[in-house]
This record gives sequence, C-alpha cells and structure tokens, in this order.
Amino acid sequence: MSELKTAEQHNAPLTGKSELHEHPVDFNNYLRRCLFIFIAIVCATSLMIWISYLPEHYSWAEKVAMILAVAGANAFVVAGFLMHLISEKKMIYTLLVFTVFFVLGLFVLTICATQDFPTGTTFR
Amino acid sequence: METIVHEFPPYREHEATHGPAAHGHHADIGFGRKYIFSTDHKIIGIQYGFTALSFLLFGFFLMLLMRWQIAHPGQPMPFLGPLLAKILGQPAAGGIISPELYNSFGAMHGTIMVFLGVVPLAFAAFGNYVVPLMIGAPDMAFPRVNMASYHAYFLGGVVMSVSFFIPGGAAQAGWTSYSPLATTIPTHGQAFWIIGMVLLITSSLLGAVNFIATIIQLRAPGMTWMRLPFFVWAQFVTAFILLLAFPPLEAAGVMQLMDNLFHTSFFLPTGLAVGGQLANVSGGGSPLLWQHLFWFLGHPEVYVLILPAMGVVCEIIANNTRKPIWGYKSLVYSVLAIGFLSFIVWAHHMYLTGMGTKISSFFQATTMAISVPSVIILTCLFISLWGGSIRFNTPMLFTLAFLPMFGIGGLTGLPLGFNASDVYLHDTYYVIAHFHYVVAPGTIFALFAGVYYWFPKMTGRKMNEFWGRVHFWGSLVFMNLVFMPMFAQGIKGMLRRMADGGANYSAARVPGAIDTLPGTIMELHVWILWAAIALGIAQIPFVINLFWSIGHGEKVGDNPWHSTTLEWQAPTPPPHGNFDEPPHIYRGPYEYSVPGHATDFTPQNEPDVVKPVAPKVPAHA
Amino acid sequence: MLNVPCSGNFLLPFRNPHPLPRRSVEAGTFRISKMEIPYAIQARPDTGLYNAKVGIWLFLASEVMLFGGLFSAYVLLRVGADQWPHGWLNVTLGTANTIILALSAITTLLAWVACKTGQFGKFKFFHACTLLCALTFLGIKSYEYHDKWIHYEIKLKDGTFADGHLVEKSPDFDLAKKTGTVTLHGRIVTDETLLYDLRAQKNVELKEVTVPTADIKQMENYGPWHNTYLALYFTLTGLHALHILGGSIVIGYIWGPGRRLWKKNPEQFTNRVEVSGLFWHFVDLVWIFLFPVLYLT
Repeated sequence: MSELKTAEQHNAPLTGKSELHEHPVDFNNYLRRCLFIFIAIVCATSLMIWISYLPEHYSWAEKVAMILAVAGANAFVVAGFLMHLISEKKMIYTLLVFTVFFVLGLFVLTICATQDFPTGTTFR
Repeated sequence: METIVHEFPPYREHEATHGPAAHGHHADIGFGRKYIFSTDHKIIGIQYGFTALSFLLFGFFLMLLMRWQIAHPGQPMPFLGPLLAKILGQPAAGGIISPELYNSFGAMHGTIMVFLGVVPLAFAAFGNYVVPLMIGAPDMAFPRVNMASYHAYFLGGVVMSVSFFIPGGAAQAGWTSYSPLATTIPTHGQAFWIIGMVLLITSSLLGAVNFIATIIQLRAPGMTWMRLPFFVWAQFVTAFILLLAFPPLEAAGVMQLMDNLFHTSFFLPTGLAVGGQLANVSGGGSPLLWQHLFWFLGHPEVYVLILPAMGVVCEIIANNTRKPIWGYKSLVYSVLAIGFLSFIVWAHHMYLTGMGTKISSFFQATTMAISVPSVIILTCLFISLWGGSIRFNTPMLFTLAFLPMFGIGGLTGLPLGFNASDVYLHDTYYVIAHFHYVVAPGTIFALFAGVYYWFPKMTGRKMNEFWGRVHFWGSLVFMNLVFMPMFAQGIKGMLRRMADGGANYSAARVPGAIDTLPGTIMELHVWILWAAIALGIAQIPFVINLFWSIGHGEKVGDNPWHSTTLEWQAPTPPPHGNFDEPPHIYRGPYEYSVPGHATDFTPQNEPDVVKPVAPKVPAHA
Repeated sequence: MLNVPCSGNFLLPFRNPHPLPRRSVEAGTFRISKMEIPYAIQARPDTGLYNAKVGIWLFLASEVMLFGGLFSAYVLLRVGADQWPHGWLNVTLGTANTIILALSAITTLLAWVACKTGQFGKFKFFHACTLLCALTFLGIKSYEYHDKWIHYEIKLKDGTFADGHLVEKSPDFDLAKKTGTVTLHGRIVTDETLLYDLRAQKNVELKEVTVPTADIKQMENYGPWHNTYLALYFTLTGLHALHILGGSIVIGYIWGPGRRLWKKNPEQFTNRVEVSGLFWHFVDLVWIFLFPVLYLT
C-alpha cells in the first residue's frame, strides 16, 4: 500500500499547471498593443534615418552614438514586448544577465586590449 | 489502475527469465535506429565515448610520429615510414616526415585531442550517459537534438580526418590557427579545418543547450540544486561555458573562412607581405582580432577540459573514501566562480602581442583570481581523503593520481599567468609540459577513472582489476617520463612547433654561441620518444580490457561500488526511460557512513525512515 | 505474446500527447518505460517554463554571443580603419526591409496569440503573412547583393578611377573582350577617396562611361573582397539572411505540414509557435542593429 501511495506522490509534481490557462488572453487587446509596437518601430527607424542625415557639424561618432541609442530603445521594445521578455521568468533573466555581461566583456576588453600600448611605443 | 505497477517485473529478472525474448525488441527497432539514429541518451553517450576514444588514440598516434621526427629529424621512420609514404605521398616521401607534414600533424594533434577527443569524452560521453541518470530524468530534454549533436560531431570528425588526404594536406597553422599564417599557407586544409570546427561547434552548442535544459527542467522531485552530485554541477557549468564561449570562435571561423575562400581581409593587415611580396589583399584587417576571438573560446575551453574531470574525481573520491565529500558547498561555489571568471582571463595567452601594461595587469589579476577557486576545489578533494577508509581500486588509483598531476599542471601555470615570467616562457616546451600535465595525466586520468567506474553500470560487468592496475602504473610512470623533461627543455629555451626539435639551435650545430641548446637537453628528445612509445604500449591492456570485459568481465549487481548517487539505483544497464519508478530524492548526494544506518551508504532515493512510535505501555506492566 | 512496438519507447518529446507518465497495459511482454520526458508541454512549477522554452532561450543566448563576436569584429575593424565608407547602401531598400521584418515580427506574435485563443484560422492568416514578409525580405536582399555584384571600380592606367554599374545585363567579359570596351553607368573620379564618402557629396552626376579594356589596370566588383566594409556587410547580412532562411523553413513547416498537430495537441502546437516566434523576433532584433550600422552610419 505504501508503495502505491509513494507512486502517487511521485506523479503529483509532474502535472505542472498549464500556461494556457494561467492568463486569459484577449486577441483584440494584443492586436491593439501590436499596432502601437509597430508604430514605435517605424518611428524609431525614421528617427535613426533622420539623425544619419543631420548636417555635417555633427561628427560621425556623435551620430553613431545617437543612432545606437535609438536602436537600443527599438531593440528594447522588440525584446520586451514582442518576445514578452518584460514578464519572463527569473531563470531566463539570470541567463540573459550573464550573456549580456560576457558580450560586453568581449566588446570592452578587446577594444581596450587593442588601444593600450606599452609605454613609449606607437602603433603604425 | 495503480496495481499495474506490480505486474512489471524488474528489468534484470525479466532479462534472466526471458533472455532471448527480451532481445526481441531490439530487432524491432533495427540496428540503424538502435545504434546509429538512437535518441536514447545512453546509446548516444556510448557512441560519443567510442568515437572520442578512437580519436584520442589517433591523436596519440600522430604525436608518436611527431616525436620520432623531433628525436631523429630528417631520418626515415622505421616500420611506419613506407606505409606513411604510401598513404600521404609526397609530404612523407621516403618515409621521412617533411616539415610541412610535421606542421599538419602538430595542428591536427591539438585539434583532434581537444575538440574531437577530450571534450566529447569528458562532456558529451560521460555527461550524456550519467547526468540524466544522476538527476533522475528519463532522458535528455531534447532526445532528437541530442542525436543531431552526435551526428554533427561525427561529421566534423570526418571532415577533419578527410583533410589529411586533400592536395596540400591538412591545416598547418597550429591548433590555434593564427591569421595571417592560416590564410597564407597554400592548402585548403585550413578551410576543411574551419568547416570541421563549425560542425563541432554546432554539435557542442546543441549538446550544451540540451544539458542545461535537462538539468534545469528534468531534475526528479526532491532533487534540489544543493542535492545535485558535484559531477552534475561541473557538467552544468561546462555546458554554460560551451554555450557562451564557443560562438565567438564560430564567428571568427566564419570570418577566416571568408578570408580563405572569398579573399576578404578580416584578419589580413594592410601591407601584408607573403614570400617577400606584397600580398594581393584589400587589407585593413586585424590579426589580433582572430587571437582575441580565438582565445575568448580558447581559455574557457581549458575549463571545459578540466571541470568534468573534477566532477568525475569528486564522485569517485566520495565513493571510495566512504565519507561525505569535504566542503560540498565550497565546491559548488568554486565551480560557479571558475565558470564566471573563465570568460575574462583570455588575453593572458596574448601578453606578447604588444598589449600595454594596464590591460596586461588586468588579465594577470583575473588569471590569479581564477586560480583561487581551482585551488579550493583541489584542496577540498585532498581534505576529503583525510580519515577515510580508502578503497584502492582501479578508478580510485587513477583518481588519486589525478590530484597531484593536476596540481603540477595547475601550479606550473602560475609563471605563465604572470606577464613578466611569461615573456620568457611563452611558446616554449614549458608551456607544452604545463598544459599537457593539466590535460593528459590530469583530465585523461580522470576520464580513465570514469571509464573504470561507470563501466559496470553500462554493461553489468566490471573491468578486470589486475590489468586495470597494470594500465594505471604504466600510464602514471610513462606519462611523467614524457612530460617532466619538457619543463627542463622549455626553461632552457627550446621553442615549440619546431619540426627539427631545435636542432638548428643546438650546441652541436652552432658551437660556441651563447644560449644554444646543450646536448643533454637535445638528448631528452630521444628519452621522450621512448617514454611515449612505452606509454602507448601501456594503453594496450586498457583497450583489450575494455572490449574483453563487455562480454567476459566479472558480473556484478546494480550497485557494485555501494554508491549513494542515483545512477546506481537504476537497473543495469538502465532501460529506455532509465528507472523502474520515477525516483524521489530525499537527501544530498554523499551520505556515506551515516551513523545508525544499516549500510555505510544511504542512497539519495531511499525514503526517510519514520521511526515507529513505541506504544505507550506502563513500564511495570 | 507480441512485443510492444518500440516507437513509443523512443522518448520523443513531440510525439507524446499525454502529459502524464503513461503506463503500458501489456505487462510482462517487455519492460516499456513508464517515464516520459516531463515538462515537454506543461510548465515545470518551480521554473514556470516548459523544456523547449528553456532550450530556445539558451540557444538565443548563444546566438547573442555569435553576433556579439561579429559586432565586436565590426567595432574593432572600424576603429582601426583609415577611412570608412558612408552611403554605399540604398537606404530606401534597407528601410523597406526593416519595416517588412518588423511587420513579420508582429504577425508572428499575433499568430501565437491566435493559437492561444484557439483561433486557428487567424493563425493561418498571420503566419502566411510572416512567410510572405520573409520571402519579400530575402527578395530585396538578393536584389541588393546583385546590385553590389555588378558594381565595379576600375583603376585606369592614367591614375583615374571609373566607378559604376555594368550596363550589360550580365557581367559578360567575353563581350568586353570582343568589343574591347567596358561600359558602366557611373562616373570617373580622379581621387579614390571620393568613392568612400558618398553622403558628403551632393548631386553626383551619373552617366554612361565607356572604358577601353586596354586602359584598365585593375577591375574589381564590390564583392566581399573589395574592402573591409563590404566584407563585413556580406558576412553579417549573409549570416542574418541564413537565419531568416532557417527561420522561414521552420515557420513554413509549422504552417504547412506541421499544422496537423493542432488537432492532436493544440497546447503543444501553441508552444511550437511561441518558440519559433521567439527565434524570429531575435532575427528581427539582429536586423535592428544591422540596419543602422551598415546602412546609416
């Protein structure tokens, strides 16, 4: 008898709750949200193009910085809402935090390593 | 409904009573689906294991050829020479290994040993077989992805092997494939190398996704994070390293492939001269970019090689000292710290590329920092031996040898991590001795231990103990005879990657010059050659033992080592789905010699005993 | 007694419509496992995720590292470059592709929501849109590639440069040999640096230029070998296009032959749509960065 009972207990945690029934989804609500997101993406894209055509007294470095800032915001909208990262589980956040950290490490350290020279030497 | 449970006879009984009938279902699936297109994690683990062991043997064989060439430069190989000349043609004309052929052997020895031998054996073979069993899962989370992972690996191996036979031969730019050398050597072997690597990277990516998802999602009820055996933790961190460190190399590989096939200049600088002439390239590339992207993988890869080995060692030590591992939590946090830090130490391989003092100091600091958790792990394992009643069986012998051997490998790495001493030691035989001590008598000993340890679970039989010991002592003695002299050679200034073993710089060739390589140092090459041959002979008992024991080893039960971890509580060999009943976990992984317990081990899935309450009866009655 | 066919025993996560561990009734024939892979469809309570979702996010994390490596190459090479081209790509086409990809990302999300709310018809419609967008994207991309392929820079023996698109439909050099001339729609410049920054030059006049083959010192099209910028352009967008291709094959499968699963197990089908959608959004995300760094700056 006790064996049967334990078998029952073993099965119990296997029946996880269905995600489908957790939050009721309204299609039209999503449609409206999607429209906003689309408009946001279009606006961000137009803004980037506009910045890139700014007159010459902005240097390319400044333009690149501004454009990347807009692209970042744009990416946030896509990742946050379309990939519904804004309401994801902790496990995924943990994973992404490490990934982003390592990517930044790759960027920053590589650049630093190629820009730092032994004292008294020059490159090229 | 539930009574059906009892109608299932345990697997082994059934096997005994209906032997031939039980095998009937194998025929149903067919050979192809069972052994080639299998989605069962255990079959895939064994596939990986055998393929990886074959590649290890192949890589070892390449090394023997190279050692002959180093010890006797320009002399034809005895016995193998004519054969080699027949297979490879011009590069081995007259049975003499040409410098070009030596270079390809060198590049391919490294590549094969690291990417086709040790990583697949340590991570994919043991991980696949053992991890799902240890966490009480029926299989990996994505069995078909698992199968695809093995197939990509196999294809990668085929591409690498085929490259020996193309005109121009296999890649010759070393296992690190530094540009622009890798692009300017006139052979398509490099393109084969990159394509092979992309396949191997794909394979390990699929494997890593699978491992992490399995460990996160498929832990049996009650298997909390802190109840995971250390081996699972080690594999978990290894999988993360593979997942996140390999893609930049893949990116670099794609760019180098573009350089080789589409004549781009990602890694080719402006003004590059080849053979004394200005190369016809657009230029503007950065050779250092390749090195950064390569070592971004390359250094974490070291931990991919060593962490699974540490996991294996930890399991075997706990089992054979019959006491809990010392400092389980320190081990777990250390392995996490190693995984994290391994991503920010890579440029210590590049101290000589003209980095400034600021950034070298940064990488020197992180390199020293990462040695701390490594030392913590080794210390915990050493302390675990204290006061244990140690069983000296073959797996334990290999494990005990791992500890000092890895210690030597690790400690000799410190002078390479300091940029001041690295300037002197960089690219010498000292480096070769250092990392071979980590990987060969380190990781590979741990993997041998793992083979001897888990063999009974895979086959239901033990490997022969006597020949195991012969294998162990032979390997231990000759491994050290091979690698110890290299420290001396390296400190004396012998550079690596020289086809003539430094004969051009020897005192015999240039007498009277300062800092030439003295005759004693040069003679060590001959010693090493014979030690390496003896090391090869010492592996023969292992190979025979491995195959012989599958059919003829001593039959043992489900849990011959009296182990606590979950894989030993499953039937032997575990059927599809692994467990007769979904296991439930009640305690940590290393509950050995628990006071008051009937046996000296308490399996993780043994229910807690509820002490029967004594009936309240008056004492005087 | 017959043996239980083993197909059910190969624990394929996608084949099992039963979320609970299944028990075989044919006891005593041969031991079929009673354990199926858990959480293949349902979420695991402590992580709140089903297996495939963990898997796809892990995969995307590694993709982040892959494109991270490529972007870091971009940064390093651009920082070290003597001069960097501006305005070499058609912004209109790039913008069109950006909008198309954004649209496809939206329809992907809506297709998933349609599945969640049980509206299979809407799913079919929205994912058809996704596929259409993907094909349009690839079409525009291949037009742009072709445009670069027939764009030539010709170094002339007198030190000037002829630059423009081949007028013949195909780069038929046999014709050039026969007629002895190469005709470009473009211009002749005396300074090669003028070819770099096209943004800075207003009102560049393009006309048909015919160059005798005898005058040509070197002739090279705007392929990846031309310079670092184009090498990056072709490598980055080529890898991205491969992702688009892979993604549309997966989505095409789910939309086409894979739709049978909807009847058998709508929940699992919805999961597939979600997971493939996450990949698709990631591909869009990569483009969001590729577009400005290649087309605008």
